[in-house]
Amino acid sequence: MSDRLLVGTRKGLFSIERHASGRWHIGQHWFAGDPVSMLLGHDQNPRYLAALDLGHFGVKLHRSNDAGTSWSEIPTPAYPAKPDELEDKDPVRGVDIPWNTRLIWSLESGATPDELWCGTIPGGLFYSRDGGDNWELNRSLWDDPRRGKWMGGGYDFAGIHSILVDPRDPRHVTLGVSVGGVWTTRDAGHNWQLLGKGLRNVYMPPELAEDPVSQDAHRIVQCPGRPERLWMQHHNGIFRSDDAGENWQELVDVPPSSFGFAVAVHPGEPDTAWFVPATKDEKRFPVDARLVVTRTLDGGKNFDILQRGLPDESAYDLVYRHGLDVSRDGERLAMGSTTGSLWISEDQGDSWQLVSSHLPPVLCVRFT
Amino acid sequence: MATLSFTPNLLRHVPTPSARIAGATVHQVLDNYFQGNPEVRTYVLDDQGMVREHVTIFVNQEMIRDRHGLTDQVNEHDEIFVMQALSGG
Repeated sequence: MSDRLLVGTRKGLFSIERHASGRWHIGQHWFAGDPVSMLLGHDQNPRYLAALDLGHFGVKLHRSNDAGTSWSEIPTPAYPAKPDELEDKDPVRGVDIPWNTRLIWSLESGATPDELWCGTIPGGLFYSRDGGDNWELNRSLWDDPRRGKWMGGGYDFAGIHSILVDPRDPRHVTLGVSVGGVWTTRDAGHNWQLLGKGLRNVYMPPELAEDPVSQDAHRIVQCPGRPERLWMQHHNGIFRSDDAGENWQELVDVPPSSFGFAVAVHPGEPDTAWFVPATKDEKRFPVDARLVVTRTLDGGKNFDILQRGLPDESAYDLVYRHGLDVSRDGERLAMGSTTGSLWISEDQGDSWQLVSSHLPPVLCVRFT
Repeated sequence: MATLSFTPNLLRHVPTPSARIAGATVHQVLDNYFQGNPEVRTYVLDDQGMVREHVTIFVNQEMIRDRHGLTDQVNEHDEIFVMQALSGG
């Protein structure tokens, strides 16, 4: 059971601790004042990673080997020198894609805790085999000419926000790219395949609506107990895959909205998934200002609207793509919003406990 | 040797002691400084070795012109300042 939650915010990294009474409260506050764009922690390993976005001074990566008691800076994934003659431009705006780590947007462990995958904006995937002491850009994906069609969405440049490492075979890794579709490798990154049959967008010309590389996956999650099952919160709706991303089925008419950013799947029950809906798509706050969580228990045939413990009054909280997490036993959920509210549920979302409504904007949450 | 110093805003993240450093260009001075203070490099330069977008460097009272190659000349007794560019409101 996870009794500690890590919360990356616009103003630092917090630990949220469960008291014996069942109440959760703010514990530690690390990197006070600095944006923490991504973090990695595990309940069976005291190693934490925290990615800082220092603005003027760039992206930095810190590691703790003692569950946050002490931290030290480690190398940040860095892009190689860009060849002078190479043209590498954003296809929409025609501006040069920076060969610089602008943001660390995803961090996941591989087969062992020392193996790490890191997804960045502007779209580079990095790998470390030594816990982050050294990083290597995955050149086969970065040099793939199909990357030339990736484009920025919410950020100026494309980025990798979801990294799914197959628990049965860590050489099988699947990525979610915004905006650039779903990519998978079966050989630890030597070769990449673009997936996504059945995905659909409405922001491109109609003949390109099903073009897999133009799909804006907001977030993809994988059920560890049945890794073929993926859930996606897409810019245009909610999708489910039963074959590890080859084919997708759109779930339509999901109340109150199928727009959002976050999705979580139960680790052992592939038909159980949670979403946090918002008003599509420029408004981006809860439908009718009523914050709810939606949950399906049957693979998307039906959705429950969960709101016990969530605000009765008008709420404008947006839960961003890494702002929702589920514990390893599938019982607890955590949800943090861009307006600095944090809730935890201990009953799969049936009811929610407000931890704080005064945190900085929440960027990512993870049970450890 | 020129004197190299840094914005105090960096001290929250990394030690940046001022130092007298040899070098005929800004690039040479920074390179020599980073040899003794390697952890400072990525706070000043980006992955491509350019001055970070929101960092600026002055030689005496003049902002450097070559943010890519850092070829601006440095003379004996010059003072080099690595500053945080103003932004925001």
